[in-house]
Amino acid sequence: MHALVENYFNIDVLGRYYPSILAGYVVTVEVALLTIALGVGVGLALAILRCLRLRALNALIVIYVDIFRSLPQLVVIVFIYFALPYAGLSLSPFTATVLSLAAVLSAFATEAFWAAILALPQGQWDAARSLGLGFLATLFLVVLPQAVRIAIPLLANRAISITKGTALGTAVSLPEVLGQAESVMAIAANPSPLTLAAALYLCFFVPLVVASRWLEQRQGLAR
Amino acid sequence: MFDLFLANFANLDSLARIYPLLLQGLRLTAILSLAALPLAMAAGLLIAILYSFHHRLLNAALLIYIDLFRSFPVLVLLILIFYGLPFLGMRLGSFAAAVLALVLNNSGYYGEIFRAGIEAVMSLGFRPVYAVFLVVLPQAIRIVIAPLATNSLELIKTTSIASLVALPELLRSARVAQEQIYNPTPLMAAAVIFFVLLWPLARLVARLERKMLASSQAHLMQARGVR
Repeated sequence: MHALVENYFNIDVLGRYYPSILAGYVVTVEVALLTIALGVGVGLALAILRCLRLRALNALIVIYVDIFRSLPQLVVIVFIYFALPYAGLSLSPFTATVLSLAAVLSAFATEAFWAAILALPQGQWDAARSLGLGFLATLFLVVLPQAVRIAIPLLANRAISITKGTALGTAVSLPEVLGQAESVMAIAANPSPLTLAAALYLCFFVPLVVASRWLEQRQGLAR
Repeated sequence: MFDLFLANFANLDSLARIYPLLLQGLRLTAILSLAALPLAMAAGLLIAILYSFHHRLLNAALLIYIDLFRSFPVLVLLILIFYGLPFLGMRLGSFAAAVLALVLNNSGYYGEIFRAGIEAVMSLGFRPVYAVFLVVLPQAIRIVIAPLATNSLELIKTTSIASLVALPELLRSARVAQEQIYNPTPLMAAAVIFFVLLWPLARLVARLERKMLASSQAHLMQARGVR
């Protein structure tokens, strides 16, 4: 028991090193929020573009979605950070992590929004058009409000699991909370910083997980 | 421009030199997936079965377990196991640590999925055995199959994090090769291998999910009287 406290909840070690871990936490939260905003935004935009039913554009979107849905997040991050410089494009760890995670999330978001749009009965389009609404008005006033509501529970889980990928930034030496905790752990020869990092992750994600469970249940009730 | 791209990203000479390394990596990725996937599924099934007893205390504990591991990034779990546990005198190899992290992380997800399936079975009630097999089980499978496929794909993709504890799976092998030959062709090759192997699965998952959403949406609309 003493060894447990000494190793994993060492107040001395935490007292000395908590500022750098908290600084890492700020980076983690920044990356997470940017990823969600960019990923969901781009995903919605791509789903809307698919509604235009332009064949060439759709093919490009499908290729984009399939690539980023199939590749592991870490492979995308490592590729963007370590391989793109050979093509003359060097990105900072922060940018590389955000872009990679956002690309992956946007692929899943496109899929979710598009599936939701398809799930709406064709009658909705027909009715709106026959009432004299134009294509864009139908899309934005009738179809999207419903589709977004359908897509949200589908998307919530996905957004959480992809946002947890912020930890993968350590692979490209992004100074986020896990990486900071790891380096402090090496200096202090004590894993308490890892405990703190884990606790900080829980602070961020437990509310999201509980909220997504609530969303799911609400949808279950509606069904 | 195009030559430069070829020389850097699809350099056949370097590919010929490093492909044994990549194949070894691919093998390890496959073994890791095959080790973690059934274990995680079995653990998930166990969780779901325990949950179906509806013991209040037990269920509270299970929900906490599920939400806890859903909230942890799997990499944090892996680092805790690989670098944190040795301080307690428990030293796991990188392979064992990766399997353990993947199983802990995914058993919660699988548990949730099987729980939904079991609840569907239970709500229809167990009557004669043949009815269970012909009517109830197929419905449970229909409910479970899409999320099961989704989660399994995610698990296989997640094996790549084992590269961060120096397990020479596909991604790690590609990084090592890249540093040996100062050329990103191995990374490109690894990405292509991952894509070729996982793309059919990703398509299948997308189709299953879309089907499920469409049918649930149709039910919803019917219930509301919208056609």
